[in-house]
Amino acid sequence: MEKQAVLGGRRVPGEVAVVAEASLDLQPATQPLPPRADAAAIALESQSCNWFSGLFSKLWSDKEVRILILGLDGAGKTTILYRLQVGEVVTTIPTIGFNVETVTYKNLKFQVWDLGGQTSIRPYWRCYYANTDAVIYVVDSSDRDRMSMSKSELVSMLEEDELKDAMLLVFANKQDMPGALPPAQVSEALGLSALKNRTYSIFKTSAVKGEGLEEAMDWLVNNLKTRQ
Amino acid sequence: MSKKDEDGDYNPYASIDKSAVVQEARQAFNETTINPRRCNLVLNKLLFLLYSGEPLGTTEATETFFAITKLFQCKNITIRRLVYLAIKELAKVANDVIIVTSSLTKDMTAKEDMYRPAAIRALCRITDSTMLQGIERYMKQAIVDRNPAVSSAALVSSLHLLGSNQDIIKRWVNEITEALNGKTLMAQYHALGLLYHIKQRDRLAVTKLVTSQTKGSLRSSLAYCNLIRYAVGSMQDDPALYNELLQFLDLCLRHKSELVVYEAARAICSLKNVTNKDIIPALSVMQLFLTAPKSIMRFAAVRTLSQVANRYPTAVAVTNIELENLIQDSNRSIATLAITTLLKTGREASVDRLMTQITPFMSEISDEFKIVVIDAIRTLCLKFPQKHIVVLDFLSAVFRDDGSFEYKKAIVDTITSIIHEIPAAREIALNHLAEFVEDCEHPALSARALHMLGRLAPQSSFPSRYVRIIYNRVVLESPIVRAAAVSSLAKFAVSPNSSNLAPMIIALLSRCLHDTDDEVRDRAAFYLRVLSSDEAHVKSFIMSDLPYSITALERSLVDYLKNPSATPFNLKTVPLQAPSAKPEFSKADIMAGVVPSSAAVAGSAAALAAAGGIAAVGGAAGINLSAAQQQDRNAARLAAHPELGQLGPLFRSSKPTPLTEAETEYVVSCTRHIFSRAVVFEYELTNTLNDQLLEDVKVQLDCPDGFIVRKVIPAKSLPYGKPAFSYVVVELPQDPKIVSGTFSNTLKFLVKDCDPNTGEPDDEQGYPDEYLVEDVELQVSDQVVPIEFPDFAAAWNALPQDSEVSDTFELASMKSLEEAVSTVIGFLGLFSCGRPQPNASKSAQALQLSGVFRGGDQVLVNAKLLFKGPGEGVAMQLTVRSSNLQTSEIIASAVG
Repeated sequence: MEKQAVLGGRRVPGEVAVVAEASLDLQPATQPLPPRADAAAIALESQSCNWFSGLFSKLWSDKEVRILILGLDGAGKTTILYRLQVGEVVTTIPTIGFNVETVTYKNLKFQVWDLGGQTSIRPYWRCYYANTDAVIYVVDSSDRDRMSMSKSELVSMLEEDELKDAMLLVFANKQDMPGALPPAQVSEALGLSALKNRTYSIFKTSAVKGEGLEEAMDWLVNNLKTRQ
Repeated sequence: MSKKDEDGDYNPYASIDKSAVVQEARQAFNETTINPRRCNLVLNKLLFLLYSGEPLGTTEATETFFAITKLFQCKNITIRRLVYLAIKELAKVANDVIIVTSSLTKDMTAKEDMYRPAAIRALCRITDSTMLQGIERYMKQAIVDRNPAVSSAALVSSLHLLGSNQDIIKRWVNEITEALNGKTLMAQYHALGLLYHIKQRDRLAVTKLVTSQTKGSLRSSLAYCNLIRYAVGSMQDDPALYNELLQFLDLCLRHKSELVVYEAARAICSLKNVTNKDIIPALSVMQLFLTAPKSIMRFAAVRTLSQVANRYPTAVAVTNIELENLIQDSNRSIATLAITTLLKTGREASVDRLMTQITPFMSEISDEFKIVVIDAIRTLCLKFPQKHIVVLDFLSAVFRDDGSFEYKKAIVDTITSIIHEIPAAREIALNHLAEFVEDCEHPALSARALHMLGRLAPQSSFPSRYVRIIYNRVVLESPIVRAAAVSSLAKFAVSPNSSNLAPMIIALLSRCLHDTDDEVRDRAAFYLRVLSSDEAHVKSFIMSDLPYSITALERSLVDYLKNPSATPFNLKTVPLQAPSAKPEFSKADIMAGVVPSSAAVAGSAAALAAAGGIAAVGGAAGINLSAAQQQDRNAARLAAHPELGQLGPLFRSSKPTPLTEAETEYVVSCTRHIFSRAVVFEYELTNTLNDQLLEDVKVQLDCPDGFIVRKVIPAKSLPYGKPAFSYVVVELPQDPKIVSGTFSNTLKFLVKDCDPNTGEPDDEQGYPDEYLVEDVELQVSDQVVPIEFPDFAAAWNALPQDSEVSDTFELASMKSLEEAVSTVIGFLGLFSCGRPQPNASKSAQALQLSGVFRGGDQVLVNAKLLFKGPGEGVAMQLTVRSSNLQTSEIIASAVG
């Protein structure tokens, strides 16, 4: 298993990133904050007792970045969440519902929601879409049979209006497993090249090894800064 | 508002609006960055609404619930604990609450002790059987957790889940036992309770649990109390354990916690057949508690003693000195219980002293307590009949005090009981009753007392005295009382003892003809007409009750008026109403203290209603209300099937006979409705299989010779758990002598398998099936209504002599005279006039039975029974008279 370790590569493959940036260019200007967050901030300001927090929520440094981790059951979402939070592999059980944790990376605070991937839980994903800055979509790269199911869930998720401004990070996870598809093939299976108006990238990751996560987070931080 | 603030009773949530709160919750909780202060306030408002019972629609609740789930991102402990509370409340209405399973599972295993117990409770509230397996591992861990709050929360939540998850929770017994043997007191208590509930259905397992723990080392006194209760259960289930567990209870009497000591003492007192010797240690404990400084201990002890005193008056009497001191107790509940206990334990000699002690006390307590005391006095008086004078004096004294209707009713009830049970007290009691009538401010009670006087005063030594008092009521009282007084007066005119007063009564009644009230005038006119009649049996209507249910009589009259016919109305078409065997509760019941005061008068309720002016005839029917209602209900059910309406008036209905065991697939019981020429078998059917829908359910009846099935009415559909009815109409044989037989029944129906949850059938077709149930007997007693004739001899002579049939029978299988008597009465279904009194030799007995046979013929039976000796059985001579010979023959042949 360890021999499958993923070596260094950043964005894989390069073209994908280009497409992503090209699509970003099409949109006039970067969008500072999701409009809903603004609305909420204004609502807060109207209450005098909340004046201070209202003021601060407008400041980038204080604002938590809201991230969803989605994907089919068994893709490794919960493992990724805790790998990001505590840097260790924890034992997990299938998530009935969700886990939510605060992750600090490079002085930025991320509020990370890991939503369960079982068929029965997926309908509830949409309850948590609002105000999301980025979606981490996790794919079990060794589960070739369910690649198409993973694609259709991804497609219908991206169609949601509430997520139209969210960045997308696809994790081609479980790269440590024998028979895992390389990221290019995962990207193809998910039809990422057809995405329009979306800042996205795909990463080869192994949550149990802790590989690829840092690169992904760096990409995310950079893009968040660009947006600002 | 500022003023209210100062007062300190201003409720900040008083004016909050549900939709505003729901809206606010959605806004505040969905923010990317939670504002804990604001959310705290909103959560509190929401909980206030939920706790004050504000209903939330499913959509509303679900939306709010999902908004609340967003708060799991917030690490604020207060917020989180409020979230748990809200989850528990919303879980009742909201959909998809399982969405918080993972988060709660994480919290229950978290390091934060403030989260864990509450998370367990919330988690168990949102969990169903399928999800429970997923969290089983964590529940087991939590049960044995070192933190007592966590362990207790897990144990109590398991108890809540137990109902529908027996199998899963049974697997946790090892962990629960570990908690039971652990160091935490509260966990011990909860663990013992949970273990008991798991094993509850298995008697042997409970016994094992109890015996092992009685030797074990429980340290929680609460657990000990429960153990004592379980032990009592085991002692009653298994007599072999009685002595062993009694020793345990005895040991508990020396426990260091007074809670345990009291529980053990109470348990011993509650044992069904505890001996005097065994109960003494428990009573000594109670005696000690009676002088305890804590009023709760005194109350507990005196309450238990007042219950035990019913069964062990002499044993409880040792506490009399302490009890007497408690009469002065500042707590009136304790004082009342002390008094009532003393009334039960008191010896005959101490009755006078007790009554003087009670008299000043009565004015200090509320009416509810007074009723308790009056009930106790009744019991006392029935126990010591010699003391009726002092008791009646006391009652007449307290009656003059102000009091509620219920209280006054209790007093009148007590006097009524005394009149019935203590013949020697009758005259004095009637005197008091007459005085009551003069003082009474409740018309209903006056009417009842007047009715009582009408029945009994004519037999007293000075009837004229009562006439004066009763007539005074006509002058002074409200219409209800005046009407009752008129009915009462009339009775004096026909009673043999006071018939010399008849001319005066007629004069008085004539004056009542000028009354302003219709009812009073009607009654007076009616009685004057009846009294002027020469026929003796007409006059007997004044004294005795009509043997008809008033509602049935009304229904028959209405039917008659709807279909005018040339023939006059025939009373024989009215279903007869058997007189209730004894309208009052028996003396034994009252002595045992099982009759609450309010119930004790149920039997007399009819008398009250009649005296209140419902029945123009004036006679109060001593009807058993529930029997009358039952009959009306039967009639209403039959009326729903017009095809049954052609059978004529319903004569009587039998009690339902079960044709299956109670736990079979289909439960069937059969009621026989008797008409003059037909019998309707009514089958009540219950389907106990939740995966079957039965359709077209009918009974195939195999009749004995002569009976002919005329009609079968099936039950169209019989879903699970909803009873339905099916009918078979059978014509009675042409030969009038064939009246009884055995009918065999087979249930025939169409089965459709269906979904147990929805009850929807799986397929349309279904398949026919049948089900054999037990035979049903049609007996003579089904076709007879027992009716009491007040003057048996007169009724006997009134029947034609040529209808008499006489025969002698050998009842060889009877082992005693009593057995023979009850068998004959039961078999014929007739009313036994007078109490069967065996003669001196106790080997012979005469019976006088009366009733009415189907079709309306009177039936009277004279029977003489002779016990010939053990093994030889009983000889019986039976003489029957009825309106016609044929009926007499039917009755006589029924025995043969």
